[in-house]
Amino acid sequence: MAFCLPGAGLYSAMVIYPLLTALVYGFFAWEGTTRGPFVGVGNYLEVLTRYPISSELGAALLHNVLFFVGTMAIQNTIGLGLALILHRNPRGKRFFQTLFSMPFLISPLIVGYLWSLLLSPTFGPVNAALKAVSLESWAQPWLGEPDLALPVLILVNAWQWIGGPLLIFGAALGGIPQSLEEAAQIDGARPWTLFWRIRFPLLMPAVGVITVLTFIGCFNVFDLVYALGGTSGGPGGSMDVLGLLYYRTAFRGGSNAIGESSAVAMLMFVLIFGVALLLERLLRRREVQL
Amino acid sequence: MTAAASVPPARIQPVRRPSTARSVGVQLLLCAYAVVAFGPILLVLIGSFRSNSDLLGQPIGLPGSAGLTNYARAWQTASLSTYFLNSALVSVASVALCVGLASMLAYGLSRWRFRGGAVLAAYVIAGLMIPAKLGLLPVFYMFESAGLIDSRLGLVLLYAAGGIPFSVFVLMGFLRGVPPELEEAALIDGANEWRIFRSVVLPLMRPAVAAVTVFQFAPIWNDFFYPLVLIRSDEKYTIPVGLTRFIGEYAADRGALFAGLVLALAPLVLVFVFATKQIVAGLTAGIGR
Repeated sequence: MAFCLPGAGLYSAMVIYPLLTALVYGFFAWEGTTRGPFVGVGNYLEVLTRYPISSELGAALLHNVLFFVGTMAIQNTIGLGLALILHRNPRGKRFFQTLFSMPFLISPLIVGYLWSLLLSPTFGPVNAALKAVSLESWAQPWLGEPDLALPVLILVNAWQWIGGPLLIFGAALGGIPQSLEEAAQIDGARPWTLFWRIRFPLLMPAVGVITVLTFIGCFNVFDLVYALGGTSGGPGGSMDVLGLLYYRTAFRGGSNAIGESSAVAMLMFVLIFGVALLLERLLRRREVQL
Repeated sequence: MTAAASVPPARIQPVRRPSTARSVGVQLLLCAYAVVAFGPILLVLIGSFRSNSDLLGQPIGLPGSAGLTNYARAWQTASLSTYFLNSALVSVASVALCVGLASMLAYGLSRWRFRGGAVLAAYVIAGLMIPAKLGLLPVFYMFESAGLIDSRLGLVLLYAAGGIPFSVFVLMGFLRGVPPELEEAALIDGANEWRIFRSVVLPLMRPAVAAVTVFQFAPIWNDFFYPLVLIRSDEKYTIPVGLTRFIGEYAADRGALFAGLVLALAPLVLVFVFATKQIVAGLTAGIGR
């Protein structure tokens, strides 16, 4: 079909072909930009076992997982809480929704720079505010402390994306038929029971959507970490993530940069694509049961 | 305003009515989170109107006498104006190309039956879940041999291609709800495929095309990863890369940094404020079954 050719062609050339090429690149040893012998899974073994890249890979993966779990926990608890409050007190609902979702509109890179200015140790407003309420001992070099950097990164990320769960949960709560809630209330259900027995199960599809979106977002993260911690991922690499590791291996790596970074890319691809598919299946099955 | 509280409930209310103390508590909670969500943005906005000595002496304070001088420094001396122009050029061209190709593709896939059509649709839609950026290194070498490194055209091609799966997904969903009678009538009147597409289908698709345009614009405007690697000369930088350079060079000029951040985040906020309707329509078009 003539109508399909240009679009499908461009998509194939710019999205699919490069990924297939990366798959092929990963099976060869490289000397700079010259392709060497076929090494099978050699590059994969190399990045999984050779120090330091093997330990960087493990650390980056761990940080991605913590980043995902932390973001989910914080943004969903606060997002659902706020959505419930707004559901029960609709006065000013639109206004608060807009205000709470504001950070959503800013690009992650700018969010990163914004917070690195606000959190800067000596001239940052955050530490100044702590000083003003005489909590000086709480003032910290937030992004310079290896133990603090990752939690701060998670908080900043949750701050940015809270609008997602807020709006999705809000819409889901609005979609629950009032008759169900009233029936439960007439049967004598307490608010707590009402939430866990009626609302929560009906919110599961929303949880599914949020989980998949957050997973994809968290494992593709690059800009935010770059802005908060630079290419090496903050103090001692405490915020290093797979995206940064791929970038460093590909463009600052050794002579076999092409082979090794392609292996890293394919491992990430399988992880992200595979888990996203799996999550979708799992949550869809769950949905049918309800 | 206590009038609302004294009016008797019009219909059966939940048994437990919230007490006044509780509703004050709720309002306080909402306002507290409003400060958390909006405060940081407000701090940057205020900071952009304060002079550097104010900012260093008192990190938190009211807008001072700096006026627009911070903005002038950021816009001209730090050449944010150039980056703006590049971003606008690249985003508009990418979105136009993407939406054009995607509407043709969506039309072909949903209106013409041909062998492999379903497979082709699945192949394109699968792109929604593919982390395309992992192909960056091959793209780099491909562009190097094609002379597309340090070229805005290269970026446009990449962005347009990357936006195709999402656009096709939304447009196909929309076309499913449009009855084909009009097109059949045009066919009987002797219009050819291209004519039907241009004069009948494209005008029908306008709401979905608007939604897709708004949705594609933001990620392209914000993208940092591709230009970081593929663009080399300063005068071709888009805003995210330019901003990164700017942050590095002007680290001591905090007033200009705040102003630069405001300038960088303003366009998208404006687009969203004016296009909320399209966004909502686009969301429902994508989610609708």
